[in-house]
Amino acid sequence: MITEVSLFRTFLVVLQCDLVIGFRQRGDMLNPVVFFLMVVTMMPLGITPQANTLAGLAPGLLWVVALLACLLSLNSLFRADFEDGSLEQLILRPQSLYFVVIAKVIAHWLTIGLPLTLVAPLLGILLSLPAEGVVPLWLSLLLGTMTLSLIGGIGAALTVSLSKGGLLLSLIIMPLYVPVLIFGASSVRFAVEGLPYLGTLAVLGTFCALALILAPLATVGALKMSVQE
Amino acid sequence: MSIVPLLELQQLQCVRDERVLFTGIDYMINSGDIVQIEGPNGSGKTTLLRTLIQLFPHDEGQMLWQGHPVSHVRYDFLSDLLFIGHLPGVKKTLTSRENLNFLANLQGYYTAEQVDEALVQVGLYGYEEVIGYQLSAGQSRRIALARLYLTQARLWILDEPYTALDAQGIGKLEMLFIQHVEQGGAVIFTSHQPSNLSNVKRLSLLDYRPQASHYEMQEEGVDDY
Amino acid sequence: MGWQWFHRLGSPRWFYEKTSRWMFWLALVTVVLLIVGTVWGLAFAPMDSKQGNSYRIIFIHVPTAFLALAGYYVMAIAGAVGIIWQIKLSYMVMRSAATIGAVLTFIALLTGAVWGKPTWGTWWVWDARITSMLVLFFLYLGVIALQGAYQNGVTANKASAILALVGTVNIPIIYKSVDWWFTLHQPATLKFMGESSIDISMAYPLLVMISGFYCLYAWLMLHWTRAEIVESEQKTVWVRDLLKG
Repeated sequence: MITEVSLFRTFLVVLQCDLVIGFRQRGDMLNPVVFFLMVVTMMPLGITPQANTLAGLAPGLLWVVALLACLLSLNSLFRADFEDGSLEQLILRPQSLYFVVIAKVIAHWLTIGLPLTLVAPLLGILLSLPAEGVVPLWLSLLLGTMTLSLIGGIGAALTVSLSKGGLLLSLIIMPLYVPVLIFGASSVRFAVEGLPYLGTLAVLGTFCALALILAPLATVGALKMSVQE
Repeated sequence: MSIVPLLELQQLQCVRDERVLFTGIDYMINSGDIVQIEGPNGSGKTTLLRTLIQLFPHDEGQMLWQGHPVSHVRYDFLSDLLFIGHLPGVKKTLTSRENLNFLANLQGYYTAEQVDEALVQVGLYGYEEVIGYQLSAGQSRRIALARLYLTQARLWILDEPYTALDAQGIGKLEMLFIQHVEQGGAVIFTSHQPSNLSNVKRLSLLDYRPQASHYEMQEEGVDDY
Repeated sequence: MGWQWFHRLGSPRWFYEKTSRWMFWLALVTVVLLIVGTVWGLAFAPMDSKQGNSYRIIFIHVPTAFLALAGYYVMAIAGAVGIIWQIKLSYMVMRSAATIGAVLTFIALLTGAVWGKPTWGTWWVWDARITSMLVLFFLYLGVIALQGAYQNGVTANKASAILALVGTVNIPIIYKSVDWWFTLHQPATLKFMGESSIDISMAYPLLVMISGFYCLYAWLMLHWTRAEIVESEQKTVWVRDLLKG
């Protein structure tokens, strides 16, 4: 009598919905990228325009700014769903919320993390990042921003019912970003210094896999808590 | 048809912010019932609905779904439930058609024709392509109500379904209720307005108000060792 | 029936009345241990050949640093018990552990800085341990901030418990990452506080201080939790009777 909706189909329905919304709000999609560009522009102004100094700092700077851009965009991850009531409807499905959360985080990453990753090499040029660093920067951000979105989802879910969750979200999530930052920036630095960087990339991959498995569990719990308030 | 009630409440009690909202609710909802929950503002109508759908914890009593505790048959219960709350779940950046398509497809498989037909039923013909921003609050709520035409769930739980409707819309919704319960379903809803339906069962929260010092007595009871 | 003791344990009133008897003795043991440890450590333990008298700050730094990390796990486990069995008392323990843990972490950081000044000539060094301790401090602050942000006490408790659990999974990864990061940037020339090289005459007072601090922690936890109980149960009859005296 009751039709079962497969988990994969729900995953696709949610992903498609969020991607359509993301595409309709292209402005929101661009904001983190513009933020990334602007903060990177501040760096030579604040530190030095000298190419040598900038080149040494570039891996770390690019990673820190990308991390901040990601962090700032997290607040919107579940906000609209919470405010319009569709989060309730998602929770009231009989199946687990786990894959819904993964679908939403992937949609978020496709609209925020991926564009950041794509423009990062261009910004590398602005900071005189040596050419050897471009590919590792690209790869490390690809894996890293996905991990950042997954972990950040927990914070977004924990603060979604608070009207002023933005800064609090950054406070509670930033310490959790430490390992990703360390290995992300190190991958680029290693490449620039001519050292092998596949090992650190592999560690980033491990973080990403771990976050993919574990982070949605906490996010599901936090979302249920937020709706039950 | 078995004689086990669809949903049974036993001694249900809810506490919110250390205040007992209602206590000792014993109630049976059978298939074929339309139940209107009554009570003044602040008496906990919405809280009761949210308790029924497991989005608010009850601190005493239990709920049985077809004879089994809801927590044990969560999957079956939620599969057979359709809830429409204060918030319609309508996205501001999607069109009416996309919104209804999304909501309906979370619970089943529906074609574009079925979705459009449901929109016609709630009087949104010609609004299929209108984006959520441009819809009025009433129109958004009607998108949510259109889900009633696209569901196989037996238990409908609706919070103030009449608010956005005119007299004609209310009449149509009541017809739908009757149709639904004749097919073995059940409807639980809250409303300020008296209903025109003839066979509505009423559950008044005024009957389940706690005595003044009830909570303290409870605390004493728990801690008495 | 077997679960009765467990639920009794979850009753704030039972906890409050039971622990009343322990408070005095625990306080006594704590004071004795701390006095013995301090006098021994400051007056009788020999001077360090390289660091002179400034090393003596380890008698505070090391115990607080131990407890800062252990306290996070106390907080997370209490939060987990609260979520799983929905025990109010457990959340109270969690809240106490968050505040006390944050203070201990801060003391550990502060004493580390005070120690750093005579040792390295600077207040702050990006050493692996200190950096990890700083991140731990941030984790505590996050839990406390989240707890404070919610008006509704029940949601606040659940939210901070989830965050504390997430932190628990992350702490080993953060510590390992920071260690790795440190070896990368500074080859281990600045090996500071090698416990293995510590002289036995310094180790005994340190052990006394560590046990003293553990007792202090237990006493603080009980005291704080009891205060939380009185505050959150103030409407119940037994607390009113208690406050009347």
